[in-house]
Amino acid sequence: MSSAAGTMDHHDHDHHHHAPSGITRWLFTTNHKDIGSMYLWFSFIMFLLGGSMALVIRAELFQPGLQLVDPHFFNQMTTVHGLIMVFGAVMPAFTGLANWMVPMMIGAPDMALPRMNNWSFWILPFAFAILLASLFMEGGGPAFGWTFYAPLSTTYSSDSTALFVFSVHIMGISSIMGAINVIVTIMNMRAPGMTYMKMPLFVWTWFITAFLLIAVMPVLAGAVTMVLTDKYFGTSFFDAAGGGDPVMFQHIFWFFGHPEVYIMILPSFGIVSAIIPAFSRKPLFGYASMVYATAAIAGLSFLVWAHHMFTTGMPVAAALFFMYCTMLISVPTGVKVFNWVATMWRGSISFETPMLFALAFVILFTIGGFSGLMLAITPVDFQYHDTYFVVAHFHYVLVSGAIFSIMAAAYYWLPKWTGHMYNETLAKWHFWCSLISVNVLFFPMHFVGLAGMPRRIPDYALQFADINQIVSIGAFAFGLSQLIFLAVVVKCVRGGEKAPAKPWEGATGLEWTVPSPAPYHTFDTPPEVK
Amino acid sequence: MRTRLIAALTAAMPFAASAQSQLNLTQGVTEISNRVYDLHMTILYICIVIGIVVFGAMFWSMIAHRKSRGHKPATFHENVKVEILWTVIPFLILIGMAIPATSTLIAMEDTSESDVTVLVTGSQWKWHYRYFEHDVEYFSLLATRPDQINNKLPKGTNYLLEVDRPLVIPTGKKVRFLITSDDVIHSWWVPDFAVKKDANPGFINEAWTKVDEPGIYRGQCAELCGKDHGYMPIVVIAKEPAEYEAWITAQETAQREAKEEEQRLLAMSMSEAELMELGERVYLGNCAACHQPNGQGIPGVFPSLVGTEMVTNDINGHIDIVLYGKQGTSMQAFGNMLTLREIAAVVTYERNAWGNNTGELIQAADVNARTKN
Amino acid sequence: MSDHQSTPNRPDNGRVVKRLLLVVVGMFGFGFALVPLYEVFCEITGFNGRTSNEAAAVNTRAVDTSRSINVQFITRVNQGMPWDFQPEVKMVRVHPGETKVVNFLVENRTGNNMVAQAIPSVSPGEAGLYLNKTECFCFEQQPLAAGDTTAMPMQFYLDPEIPAHIHTLTLQYTLYDITANATPDVLATMLAN
Repeated sequence: MSSAAGTMDHHDHDHHHHAPSGITRWLFTTNHKDIGSMYLWFSFIMFLLGGSMALVIRAELFQPGLQLVDPHFFNQMTTVHGLIMVFGAVMPAFTGLANWMVPMMIGAPDMALPRMNNWSFWILPFAFAILLASLFMEGGGPAFGWTFYAPLSTTYSSDSTALFVFSVHIMGISSIMGAINVIVTIMNMRAPGMTYMKMPLFVWTWFITAFLLIAVMPVLAGAVTMVLTDKYFGTSFFDAAGGGDPVMFQHIFWFFGHPEVYIMILPSFGIVSAIIPAFSRKPLFGYASMVYATAAIAGLSFLVWAHHMFTTGMPVAAALFFMYCTMLISVPTGVKVFNWVATMWRGSISFETPMLFALAFVILFTIGGFSGLMLAITPVDFQYHDTYFVVAHFHYVLVSGAIFSIMAAAYYWLPKWTGHMYNETLAKWHFWCSLISVNVLFFPMHFVGLAGMPRRIPDYALQFADINQIVSIGAFAFGLSQLIFLAVVVKCVRGGEKAPAKPWEGATGLEWTVPSPAPYHTFDTPPEVK
Repeated sequence: MRTRLIAALTAAMPFAASAQSQLNLTQGVTEISNRVYDLHMTILYICIVIGIVVFGAMFWSMIAHRKSRGHKPATFHENVKVEILWTVIPFLILIGMAIPATSTLIAMEDTSESDVTVLVTGSQWKWHYRYFEHDVEYFSLLATRPDQINNKLPKGTNYLLEVDRPLVIPTGKKVRFLITSDDVIHSWWVPDFAVKKDANPGFINEAWTKVDEPGIYRGQCAELCGKDHGYMPIVVIAKEPAEYEAWITAQETAQREAKEEEQRLLAMSMSEAELMELGERVYLGNCAACHQPNGQGIPGVFPSLVGTEMVTNDINGHIDIVLYGKQGTSMQAFGNMLTLREIAAVVTYERNAWGNNTGELIQAADVNARTKN
Repeated sequence: MSDHQSTPNRPDNGRVVKRLLLVVVGMFGFGFALVPLYEVFCEITGFNGRTSNEAAAVNTRAVDTSRSINVQFITRVNQGMPWDFQPEVKMVRVHPGETKVVNFLVENRTGNNMVAQAIPSVSPGEAGLYLNKTECFCFEQQPLAAGDTTAMPMQFYLDPEIPAHIHTLTLQYTLYDITANATPDVLATMLAN
């Protein structure tokens, strides 16, 4: 550790040092704002990278027949696109937001474990470098889908699987460290008077998310370890020949995988619960029920994993149990949506870009919720399962859900981060282009899925051609729209209209009591919360 | 003006009708698939109604309660009655959905009292069907020509949904499918029957259908199973029972006779030209997906056949691996998929193509010798 | 840093971190514990259609002659397994409680001594709970010398309590080549013969 880190660890009362500059500032920083920024930039780079892989997929699917890539490479693209978007784009973006905002929202000077914070970020680039490097290996990178079902990922995979396992381990360690940090920060660093039930919902949702993370990321680590030993060390966890069961892999994977889905959406609920009241100029409706609903969703997420596996063949009683539990999740989720609508009801609403993204989130996430409810119904799921209907469903929840909420958060807090107002006109362009293209991209997928197009295929029957063409056009439009976002952010970082401490009339919370841009160190003296 | 409008509408009608069949779930041709379709539509309508109510309220506030109209914000932030109401009402709706879903599921899973049993086995990347009650079994492979896939020829109507030998089942009878896999997980899906079941290696799964209308029904593998996952379609022909009986008897005879014929012709040798010509055809149809048309494979995934020890030297090893496959790899057994002549031809082809030039000719009798030690 | 604003009733950071790390380690272990848990769960519920690896006790209960159940046999060999493997009969009709013996014929078509292991799977999975094998070739590794043929017996009965809705039960055996991993005594027996 350099002296730069040393000075920052040294949080006494005389510490308004200037931040060290140059590369060492970023390498050795333990400052939650620096680390938050690095997480956010990293996730945006990954978003563009994963997005360009999606464009390779969509370009190939523009027409029936094989045009651009061979099926083996196509499978690598779908796999790595999924892994990058889940572990490289959405999760680090939320961790970045938590780093920036959680300490400022609870009146803490920094995260509780600043050096671990540095580590949890800096191992991430290595994890993804390894994953991406595996694409250039002989035999190509992972080509078994981000769900890496055995035995496709064990006996029948190429040797890059070892690198895949290693990089997933590193991603897991990073997420676990980040989650531990968030939990300790929230438990121990709240300003006097900041009781649990006074915490902003973003803090609450992240608190619950962090518990989900430490509960399930180790299970994922276990699953990839078993894949590794099955492939290279002669164990047979998932190999019928040695008494194992390939379906057991899916049970273990989805025991991680379903809570993981909520890891990627609960912080969104927190973001939207901050933005909608701010631009409705009215307090959030049903704060307590929001907290309980979040906890209920998190709890239920451990009881529904097998709804991803109805077609694997399970006794009727088991299928019914998982169907009922899954349907039940729509109750707390519904409560959240109703609460947001009630918050807007009789408010005084204005439509700045963060609000636009938040509103789009509510509508499009709810559409994703509806298709989720349809997928929960086991007999019908037999028809939907592994078709584009599922692809449409989870992209509605993850792109127009999670990603839109991250965009909303970025616009909402950019003035606080940079000290400048972003360019509202350009931002609105970004919003409307994204909104239209995201629907052109994902809505027709419902139809092509219902019509019977399986997912993860590089080529398709002729009756799916028209819709695939529309979808591909939507994909390129959506991809290009995100460059507007890049432009807005770069412009905003470089300059622009000076932002006041509280640029949004209806915003509430401790983060708006500090100047914009937020000074390098905030809340060295804890604020009083009444 | 009006007539023109009507003309335009009627012109659009057939388009709308055909478009609808492409945009929604198929109703299918079985009682179960119809129940599934009804369930799908019911839930879709419920979701649409809820959507209209929720989004309606949302848009109403976005329009009526906007700041630019000077709307002053209220200050309420909770209402226990309302909150209980919107927890309980969705719960009741869910119960309403769960009841028909449960009864449909129970009906779908009842495989008892079947008339015909078919064993369905998936392997990379084809399906194999075996009739339990008869000595009939065969592989079903994609019939679309590679030139269509590579855009060198125009694509046919059933592009990627056509096979060389479809599964044949009788109408009006309960057909039970026992589904399993030889290698990775596949999933046997025919949308018109509302049957989708995973084929898990080492395990069997069951599904059933009862088709009332004769016809041709098409489906696809629905679980990512490696490189050519998109190229293993399913085609099922439902025939009237009498027609089915005639078909299966004919198949049984034909398959028995083919085996006898094969044994009879063992003594017959094929010329190099014959072997190479048949061998190339077999190779392109069965081997080229992995080992590639040029024999070079895909490094790190599928081994090359050019100049390798097995192909240039170890004749017995070469015949054995084609006959029986290799455990723990994608190399599957072709022994019961190809005839002895075909195996002899493809081994000859591999040993003499792409510069391997061993000059060795393998005959059916040589292959037959490896099956009986 | 942790004492920045700690109040007496809040645990310090080190303790919280330790506890959370325990949870992490525990959950990692739980991931692996899922393997035996899944096996036990399947054994109790018949979830995945596996049958017991242990010989069942001989039936002492009365045979229920009021009904008959079809038991179908399917045999498969894994790829790379050059044995011929067939059931002597494709199907038997048994009363619950009635003991039957079915032979499975195998032929090692290679020029090498080999060892095989048969892995059972039953459908519907629930029926597997009521299939009691008192003797089965699948309990042990099966050695077979080059070119040899043998009949492997399987003796079973269906539990008289088998639910009435089960009319047909399918038992599949897949034969795997485990010569490379065969236990030493199996190989020794084979060489002695």
